[in-house]
Amino acid sequence: MSAAAVHSLWTTAADPISKIDAPKIEYGQLSPTLIVVGAAVIGVLVEAFVPRRSRYHAQVLVSAVALTAAFAAVVALAADGYGTTKAGIAAMGAIAVDGPALFLQGTILLAALVGLFTFAERRLDPEAHGNRVDSFAAQASAVPGSDSERAAVKAGFTTTEVFPLLLFAVAGMLVFPSANDLLTLFVALEVFSLPLYLLCALARRKRLMSQEAAVKYFLLGAFASAFTLFGIALLYGYSGSVSYATIARVVDGTVTDVDPALAGTMGNDALLLLGTALLVMGLLFKVGAVPFHMWTPDVYQGAPTPVTGFMAAATKVAAFGALLRVLYVVLPGLRWDWRPVMWGVAIVTMLGGAIVAITQTDIKRLLAYSSIAHAGFILAGVIATTPDGISSVLFYLAAYSFVTIGAFAVVTLVRDAGGEATHLSKWAGLGRRSPLVAAVFAVFLLAFAGIPLTSGFAGKFAVFKAAAEGGAAPLVVIGVISSAIAAFFYIRVIVLMFFSEPRPEGPTVAVPSPLTMTAIGVGVAVTLVLGVAPQYFLDLASQAGVFVR
Amino acid sequence: MSFPLLTATAVLPAVGAIATAAVPAARRTAAKWLALLFTLATLALAVAVAVRFDPGGDRYQLTESHAWIAEFGVRYELGVDGIAVALIALTALLIPFIVLAGWHDADPLETGSRRWRPTQGFFALILAVEAMVILSFEATDVFLFYIFFEAMLIPMYFLIGGFGDRAHEHGEKAASTQRSYAAVKFLLYNLVGGLIMLAAVIGLYVVAGNFSLQEIAQARAAGTLDMATSTERWLFLGFFFAFAVKAPLWPLHTWLPNAMQESTAPVAVLITAVVDKVGTFAMLRFCLQLFPEASKWATPVILVLALISIIYGALLAVGQRDIKRLVAYASISHFGFIVLGIFAMTSQGQSGATLYMVNHGISTAALMLVAGFLISRRGSRLIADYGGVQKVAPVLAGTFLIGGLATLSLPGLAPFVSEFLVLVGAFTRYPAVGIVATFGIVLAALYTLVLYQRTMTGPVKPEVSAMPDLRVRELVVVAPLVVLLLFLGVYPKPVTDIVNPAVQQTLSDVHKKDPQPEVEAAK
Repeated sequence: MSAAAVHSLWTTAADPISKIDAPKIEYGQLSPTLIVVGAAVIGVLVEAFVPRRSRYHAQVLVSAVALTAAFAAVVALAADGYGTTKAGIAAMGAIAVDGPALFLQGTILLAALVGLFTFAERRLDPEAHGNRVDSFAAQASAVPGSDSERAAVKAGFTTTEVFPLLLFAVAGMLVFPSANDLLTLFVALEVFSLPLYLLCALARRKRLMSQEAAVKYFLLGAFASAFTLFGIALLYGYSGSVSYATIARVVDGTVTDVDPALAGTMGNDALLLLGTALLVMGLLFKVGAVPFHMWTPDVYQGAPTPVTGFMAAATKVAAFGALLRVLYVVLPGLRWDWRPVMWGVAIVTMLGGAIVAITQTDIKRLLAYSSIAHAGFILAGVIATTPDGISSVLFYLAAYSFVTIGAFAVVTLVRDAGGEATHLSKWAGLGRRSPLVAAVFAVFLLAFAGIPLTSGFAGKFAVFKAAAEGGAAPLVVIGVISSAIAAFFYIRVIVLMFFSEPRPEGPTVAVPSPLTMTAIGVGVAVTLVLGVAPQYFLDLASQAGVFVR
Repeated sequence: MSFPLLTATAVLPAVGAIATAAVPAARRTAAKWLALLFTLATLALAVAVAVRFDPGGDRYQLTESHAWIAEFGVRYELGVDGIAVALIALTALLIPFIVLAGWHDADPLETGSRRWRPTQGFFALILAVEAMVILSFEATDVFLFYIFFEAMLIPMYFLIGGFGDRAHEHGEKAASTQRSYAAVKFLLYNLVGGLIMLAAVIGLYVVAGNFSLQEIAQARAAGTLDMATSTERWLFLGFFFAFAVKAPLWPLHTWLPNAMQESTAPVAVLITAVVDKVGTFAMLRFCLQLFPEASKWATPVILVLALISIIYGALLAVGQRDIKRLVAYASISHFGFIVLGIFAMTSQGQSGATLYMVNHGISTAALMLVAGFLISRRGSRLIADYGGVQKVAPVLAGTFLIGGLATLSLPGLAPFVSEFLVLVGAFTRYPAVGIVATFGIVLAALYTLVLYQRTMTGPVKPEVSAMPDLRVRELVVVAPLVVLLLFLGVYPKPVTDIVNPAVQQTLSDVHKKDPQPEVEAAK
């Protein structure tokens, strides 16, 4: 049936109204996202139709293949020049395919692949009734401590839904930094947030804490989403469009044709400032910047550790990507207004994260506050508003995400009778018992602390250099001071592991399957390679550091 | 391309570190010999560097230059001047003695986990420190220098925190708490210094656009690279702060007594004789060359700090009850002399300071290592626990005395020459400073001789009556150091010949910006 035939049912007059064109979709350029979404849908079908005993293997296979294929697609697009010369807008202006987008998508996909390995780990917990179990609840709907939970555990149920949830989250994250209009941005935000809320609630051990974390994350996340949406609405009122390019033009004052329906509000700076504030607030919530960081420690602590690792790495990458694009593409004309605010946010984030982390006694909370401090460092690069600022942030994100996933993967290994032994006192003397695991964790901590010859130093140097060149020298000094503060608590953990006497009833280090070993190995390798020979990746980041508009 | 001698000198100990760490847990002795072998091979390479170096030739020799991180304008650039050659030689010379002296320091007390291999770790860490120290002496790229300047903290930190004296007056648990306190203090002080330097390094890049010491120094001398006065001063302060922590200069010195007291004697030597030299060396190489005007601007304050270090360190050394702490405060006093010599801005002062770095390394090693042997025999670091040792262990007492006399700069021993040069250098420009500094020598005589008198002379204490004299291994460690002290005391020419041209050049860097016309004409 042709389009004209449909229309004839609705029109009586002879004069032809303008035809609605079928949207032009560049499937090739969108393939990374499409592959992941497709695999997620397949994952749902697997959940429905594949017998319980083979679901785990089917899901892991589907997810791994999809993430690898999507990464290959990103590489192919980049090799084809979509990151540089052929960069452009796809899907009717909804998605940008350019250097930053592809770089961040590649990072997210690799981080997700490594994260998937930790999701799929089934050797850490002792077998329950002869069934291998992973870090996730046997049956999410069973009330903690109830008979039905015991029955689910006994039956050997596992929540294999985590894999499609992971894929949906990844799909949202892929779109988030490449969204080129505010509605797509919002949809992507929800697409990756909702699965994450669920994943947070699915811990096998300490389920109440996990559910509490999920509720907190959901409530605060919903507020943040609402703010974002409100901001989008105000920006629409200001500019008459949700498209990044159009808003940017209105901000610059180069638009002459005023939408008659919006004549009363268009160009009203109050709307612009309020809308920007609300929108950026939503994004800062996702990156975990002070003062929108309150959720981070609770959620990081309560969520199953593989989820925490994935979330800490990939969400940060996606959210910073979106923040960069919004600030650099939509609001460059407003930078004299947002830069002072972001200065303040960066300063309190760096100092706040570092100072509060000192008092933490739980390794996961410690890493949460450390991630807040790192968000502050990255913001210093964002503020630079130079091409170097973009590429340094890209590099930092890539470096940081692998350290983070590796570090949380190590956390999953240190266990006692109650599951993971996350209280810091239990890590005492780990270096005596398991020198290798402690040494690996020390490498990650040194990278977090930004010691030279680790990726953390290269990243930190890149963002601070960009900030200094962008005229933010005081920010660099504060960054350096908070690095020193942060170094204190990283070092404290190392002291604890190597110089304290092991406790007699201390935790044991589980021997993981090759999956977690791969995740940790990749983390260590990336940390050292990016620390010693960062040139290739810095090149890549600087080539990718141009936004299409 | 010629053989990259400088890289090889630094890579060899690094390879040695990896090889030593990889030795299986049960083959402890093999690991020790392997480590010793690598340090000796490194010494051979360092000698080759010294031989190939032509004191009358270019300023930087044996240079290597490769692209590394173009994005940051960082190159892998190595090159040595006379000062660096002397310090590389010192480092390579001392490390084998440190290894030999620490032969039993890291034998495991009780069998922990099968995979716990403290011995291998101890020697691997020493080799790692050696590699990084040598690289930081060689680097002529500021960023490259910074990387190793910072990275060497990590192995040092584990050496201090992980290995201590066997016996401790308050038991093993208290010892381990104090050790980790000392290690953390060491690391935090130096890390903060390093991070502040990082801000200055970034600032330097923003101003200069690259990190090459030679390029920046030339551009500054030629006047093509302008720095606002305030910028130069801030950058200078950023660099100097880090070096002053490392050196250590009063009031940033408080980590040193803790670190030296808690670590084993060989590690204490490693800290004060080798690692700390990077700080004073970097003042000469980076502060003076990159920021000549700011260096002159800051000179009065730095001289005062150096004087305070000299007097304060010596006074506190007099009051110590702990042998190792005493040596630590003596070192602080000596570092005051070195800084004084550098910032006196005279050729005698700077030659003396460089020579002082070498001589202080050797004399402190001799004194501290013998003190370590003494402490390991009695199981106590307290001076009051000893007495009359020279009657039961005359060789030990004799070498201890020579180390002590070297520390107080007795004429005829190496440190006398350098201390004399420093004082002369200070006198010619700042007579008052020279006079005050001289009191440091008087105090040095006091703390050294009182230490000797209390521990070695007098009635034999019952606890030391059965003390064995130096063993063969210990003699092998001490004898060459004593010979060196005597040799360089009588004939310092080999070192001064290498050092002097470099000092002249450094000095001309600082003065080149002087407005006097005759300096311009000379150029």
